[in-house]
Amino acid sequence: MEEILNNPYVVPLIFTLLIIALFPLMAGYIVLIERKVLADLQVRLGPMRVGPYGLLQPLADAFKLMLKEDIIPAGADKALFWLAPVVSTFTALSAFAVLPLSDVFYIADVNIGVLFILAVSSIGVLGAILGGWASNSKYSLMGSLRSAAQMVSYEVPLGFALVTALMVAGTLSMQGIVYAQLERGMWGAFENFGLMIVPTVVFLIASVAETARAPFDLPEAESELVAGFHTEYSGFRFALFFLAEYASIFVISGIAVTVFFGGWLRPFPNVEWLAMPLNVAFPLLLFIGIGAGCVYLLRGLILPEQRAVLAGVAGLCFLLGAAFAVPMVNEKIIGLLWFVLKVGVLVYLFIWYRGTFPRLRYDQLMDFGWKWLIPISIGALIVNAVALLVLR
Amino acid sequence: MADTISTAPLPQTDETFLDANEMVLNMGPQHPSTHGVLRVILKLDGEKVLGTECVIGYLHRGVEKIAENRTYQQFGPYVDRMDYVAAVSNGLGYCLAIEKLLDVEIPARAQAVRVALTELNRIASHLLWLGTHALDIGAITPVFLCFREREIILQIFEKYCGARLTTHAFRIGGLQYETYDVFEKDCIDFCDVMLGKIDEYEELLTTNRIWVGRTKGIGILNAADCKDYGVTGPVLRAAGVEWDLRRAQPYSGYENYEFDIPTRETGDTYDRYVVRMEEMRQSVRIIRQAVSDLPSGPIKGKVGKVIKPPPGEAYVSIEAPKGELGYYVVSDGSLNAYRLRVRPPSFVNLGALDKMCRGSLVADVVAIIGTIDIVLGEVDR
Repeated sequence: MEEILNNPYVVPLIFTLLIIALFPLMAGYIVLIERKVLADLQVRLGPMRVGPYGLLQPLADAFKLMLKEDIIPAGADKALFWLAPVVSTFTALSAFAVLPLSDVFYIADVNIGVLFILAVSSIGVLGAILGGWASNSKYSLMGSLRSAAQMVSYEVPLGFALVTALMVAGTLSMQGIVYAQLERGMWGAFENFGLMIVPTVVFLIASVAETARAPFDLPEAESELVAGFHTEYSGFRFALFFLAEYASIFVISGIAVTVFFGGWLRPFPNVEWLAMPLNVAFPLLLFIGIGAGCVYLLRGLILPEQRAVLAGVAGLCFLLGAAFAVPMVNEKIIGLLWFVLKVGVLVYLFIWYRGTFPRLRYDQLMDFGWKWLIPISIGALIVNAVALLVLR
Repeated sequence: MADTISTAPLPQTDETFLDANEMVLNMGPQHPSTHGVLRVILKLDGEKVLGTECVIGYLHRGVEKIAENRTYQQFGPYVDRMDYVAAVSNGLGYCLAIEKLLDVEIPARAQAVRVALTELNRIASHLLWLGTHALDIGAITPVFLCFREREIILQIFEKYCGARLTTHAFRIGGLQYETYDVFEKDCIDFCDVMLGKIDEYEELLTTNRIWVGRTKGIGILNAADCKDYGVTGPVLRAAGVEWDLRRAQPYSGYENYEFDIPTRETGDTYDRYVVRMEEMRQSVRIIRQAVSDLPSGPIKGKVGKVIKPPPGEAYVSIEAPKGELGYYVVSDGSLNAYRLRVRPPSFVNLGALDKMCRGSLVADVVAIIGTIDIVLGEVDR
């Protein structure tokens, strides 16, 4: 047993399988959260029918998409049409390979982690381009052209912002960046006498454009291009694009968290007396609070099946809370909790933008990218470099 | 379809080193933002619009012909189905036209209730416009907020006449129903709520940089163009022409109410947005005045059970939410109209689409279709 676990391939393989198996489910729940949050912003309830308070909606959606007819439009380039969603999903998921979800839960800690992510996400654009091109539809074509231009443009400020952060952290390894922040006792966003806040903001803006989310959702601008590059996709292929979109949201938020917001570290990682309240009391209260909330909501349900599901969720929350009370387990999973919570905050931001902002126009988007973000990010790079050299 | 694009000279495009091919893009009739079944054929150079052509008629029901085969009362409900978003205004215009033929006096109470309901409907129509317009530009939240307030209006309609959308609220000669017990209170309550809500929408959009960027300078139609194309309503007022039929040729007692006619100068999409928002506030003002002292008395003038206007013709136009809505009725003295012609504001305003779109981008076309505020039921009739 010991021998198997010590094999350098076994643990990463298990983690890989775990991510591939669990991420689709998680993406489904991110979608559910998005729908619920949007609904709340828009004075609606959101999904309420499948499961208690719509909790089983993602499963229903997944089954629906799998059972739908798979349509390949006449005149489409079949091979490319098949390839496009695969490329999108593959690249989005492979970025997880170097994303440290916690100090123990990561697949690989390569010394070029950031470069790998940038490279892989650049290939991800190909999925959109191929999909739009292969569909043999003008709307798809325009959507894919837009996404090509947009993602390529916004990769530049994104890259500059990352380079600035790498310069300050002094390493390209994703785990290394987290440990550098631990060592300095400061999140990347506030490093360098507060100068790092500029690249952080640039990164957050550019990441919205990079994932083609509102208000930069031009490649799939519904009111203009119907659905952009995936207009002609249906069924499971559409589900793959969907999965890729949410995977890239998660990944890009994960990068932001790792590089700028301390990764899987708890807030104030070097303040000893905060370890107890933040690492034990907080998760305990959080999960027991959610569990108690579920129990409270049980009163509103009549159907026994729905009550059973919600009771199960409550039980799960209590169980998780209990798990955090055990020191052995706690130290293994506390990093993951903080990471997911931080990513959750950023994902919430993504949803919030979507509920608030109108969409930019194509030329305005390009103006904003090239005339504002890129100069600002280059300026921030230079200023940070000088500050690093002179002041530190 | 390329040869159906109008042959009028196109504005010079940018000098580029590429010999770009023109692309013809068919938008609609099945498209998320053509507000029903409008079909627009776009001639594009990249994303730049070189010309547009509207294809309409997918919702044509021959309403004007139906009018010749129905009695005057029977035709009443049909007008609601033209601009179904502002059914009350349609009904008012039709009733006024027939009443002019009949030369009948409408009791003051009926007039005041008509004004209140019509203005409520104007707000409902503008709310739907605001929601869908914002949705077209990518703001997905205002539409739900607008529908929340529109619901209150529809509930008032439902309480008054049983229907929410195609109300058929008015009858020739006055009203069919007396107002319900708390009608005045409902209206005043709504007015109190509505003013705050308009501020809420404005908070979301008016100073939003993206919104301003997407609407300022887009789809400009100046006063001279408006006159050339016969464009009326908020689009005309946004171009700086203070022309509102409620003031210019008052009907149904509008001369008794105090209200302002909001105007702007440039006539771009943003100005039209501002004008419509202000119009909602003015409508609230009118509703308050109308219901605060509803005159008592009969609700129907001296109209017989059988409506048989003397031979002759009449044209009556009113200020519908979308512009001048005119009814031209020719009577030969029988039970049916000899000819009935509707001047629909949506149809006439849509004519200016090509003028407004040329030289802009695809995304602007969607914004411009939204800002004209068309209802295809009325365009196609």
